[in-house]
Amino acid sequence: MRPAAVVGVGQTHHAAKRLDVSMAGLCREAIDRAMADAGVDWSDIDAVVLGKAPDLFEGVMMPELFLADALGAVGKPLLRVHTAGSVGGSTGNVAASLVQSGVHDRVLAVAFEKQSESNAMWALSVPTPFTMPVHAGAGGYFAPHVRSYIRRAGAPEHVGAVVAAKDRRNGSKNPYAHLKQPDITVESVQASTMLWDPIRYDETCPSSDGACAVVISSRPTSGRAAWIRATAMRTEPTTFAGRDQVNPRAGQDAARALWKQAGITDPLSEVDAAEIYVPFSWFEPMWLENLGFTDVGQGWKLTEAGETEIGGRLPVNPSGGVLSSNPIGASGLLRFAEAAMQVMGTAGEHQVDGARVALGHAYGGGSQFFAMWVVGSEQP
Amino acid sequence: MTRPLSAPLDVGFDYTRSLGPTLGRFLSDLRRRKVTGIRGSDGRVHVPPLEYDPVTAERLHEFVDVAATGVVRGWSWIPEPLEGQPLDRPFAWALIQLDGADTSLLHAVDAGSPEQMATGTRVRARWRGERVGAITDIECFEISGEPADPPAEADDVSMVTTPVNLHYTHSASPTEDPFLRGLMEGRLIAQRCPVCEKVYFPPRPACPVDGVPTTDQIELSDRGTVTTYCVVNVPFLGQRIPPPYVSAYVLLDGADIPFLHLLLGVAPEDVRMGMRVEAVWKPREEWGPTMQNIDHFKPSGEPDAPFDSYSQHL
Repeated sequence: MRPAAVVGVGQTHHAAKRLDVSMAGLCREAIDRAMADAGVDWSDIDAVVLGKAPDLFEGVMMPELFLADALGAVGKPLLRVHTAGSVGGSTGNVAASLVQSGVHDRVLAVAFEKQSESNAMWALSVPTPFTMPVHAGAGGYFAPHVRSYIRRAGAPEHVGAVVAAKDRRNGSKNPYAHLKQPDITVESVQASTMLWDPIRYDETCPSSDGACAVVISSRPTSGRAAWIRATAMRTEPTTFAGRDQVNPRAGQDAARALWKQAGITDPLSEVDAAEIYVPFSWFEPMWLENLGFTDVGQGWKLTEAGETEIGGRLPVNPSGGVLSSNPIGASGLLRFAEAAMQVMGTAGEHQVDGARVALGHAYGGGSQFFAMWVVGSEQP
Repeated sequence: MTRPLSAPLDVGFDYTRSLGPTLGRFLSDLRRRKVTGIRGSDGRVHVPPLEYDPVTAERLHEFVDVAATGVVRGWSWIPEPLEGQPLDRPFAWALIQLDGADTSLLHAVDAGSPEQMATGTRVRARWRGERVGAITDIECFEISGEPADPPAEADDVSMVTTPVNLHYTHSASPTEDPFLRGLMEGRLIAQRCPVCEKVYFPPRPACPVDGVPTTDQIELSDRGTVTTYCVVNVPFLGQRIPPPYVSAYVLLDGADIPFLHLLLGVAPEDVRMGMRVEAVWKPREEWGPTMQNIDHFKPSGEPDAPFDSYSQHL
């Protein structure tokens, strides 16, 4: 497999409503920044890969068609990737594979969501005939599984609030973050409204408009590069008898394959920063376990001990993560891009000192699509 | 075999689009009875204006006024208009090259009959009286060699609302069908995988683990165990049950997979994982082919199930 690296990263200023731009304009804000960061021009781009979440979110079927001009894709291969909330991550992996395979030299990966055009909660709760209409969006789906985690792991009730306070404080160091809450505390999170018990308002991701773009190349273009050391994706059905919704098999399998490909035997010691898809606070300890950073039932201890803070043993979501910005389709690619920024040393105020190896992670659907990559500062 | 049960599924939303500078200018000008194009890098004038050049991908800036009159370059007759189309009588969809433009705009022509339509026919915009800044500010085009109405003053628009309404017929699968017909008789019909022997309720066409048809039909009682749950406190658009309510995964006795249902008859703070529950059915005369025949579940009063009895179903 040929080496491939992230050579440029760009993202929008994420916000609840970016009413100043169209969908095309939103994407271009991220794309123009990524291409400037990489020091490349349109003639340097061989193919474009676009990711976004379900079409019902914007009510535009196949937006890749009308966006082709804005994506600079006319006369080039343009692929759309669709794996629900993990789609941003899958988009990065698909773009990486086009370079690693030798098919293209430089590929532009773009992902976006313009949530203000509709209402994701509505779009995820369309009542199907013959069923009981108890569905209540993503929070309603994940809250029972968070409760199961708390029970199984015997985790203290405040751990979710610890994650939320940390991620929002981190977000205040990220100029692009939607939510910036430098003064948030565990106590203020615990005092916020209970939305989907056991998930509180402050433990829930916002609804954002935003986009992210990365340029992936077979060789450096501007000097800086985040080398892609491994990629992995796995899938499983939404429900089957005996399915573990807390610690899904697909996530475990993807992580195992990822660490093996990256040559990492002890992730907790060898990874310097992790951008993990945490839309509801409790998913930090859940995914720490699923990814193999800790043993099953132990993830919350790492969080509770402050080891996932910037400066801790494994900083998780130094960018503020999904809890600080959630343009759904872009959220996965943002994790991947922020991991690349960490090893390129361009993360600014939320930079983890000396980060050389970083994880980008995304999941989607009912915890059934997993996409992840490991990037490093050293050329493999 | 009888036809599987089906029911209408209507999905609708008024999407709100932020237009940005290019499309905002185009729709603001339509409100003023003006049509505006944009010049591309190769000199062509694109109508509607493109935000980015199809040749260089660069952002385009040079707006160009074009006429509200033009020539039909291609057309298709619509004998029976559908919901949401511009006219409620037969009309033509046409690609119209406006005078001053190099590309064609898709719009309706109110031609009366297909005999009136021909490639090369001159048309002009019929402007709507009440204009809001939308492509439908041009009500349609009409066959005429005369100029269109002159421009008028109007404020800019930066947003447009685009209602989307989809009407589906949702059909039950052949496997769901006996399950739904069972519900009409107050029976809970599950199916067992012949390989792993797991019992699925509601039944599936195939076992998701073994990939074989789940052929063995079995009937379950309406008692079970709450494996896990959440309390929905958040109101949202389209919600059918007023919050707060407890959305619980119920594992029926004898089943190997829980399903979501409503739990009542207990204060939300008193619900527990492992709580034993029983179905409360609606009055028989209200039954139909739906899980909604069970109005809700309520605590049965039995002692809680031990964690180990349902821990493999979380």
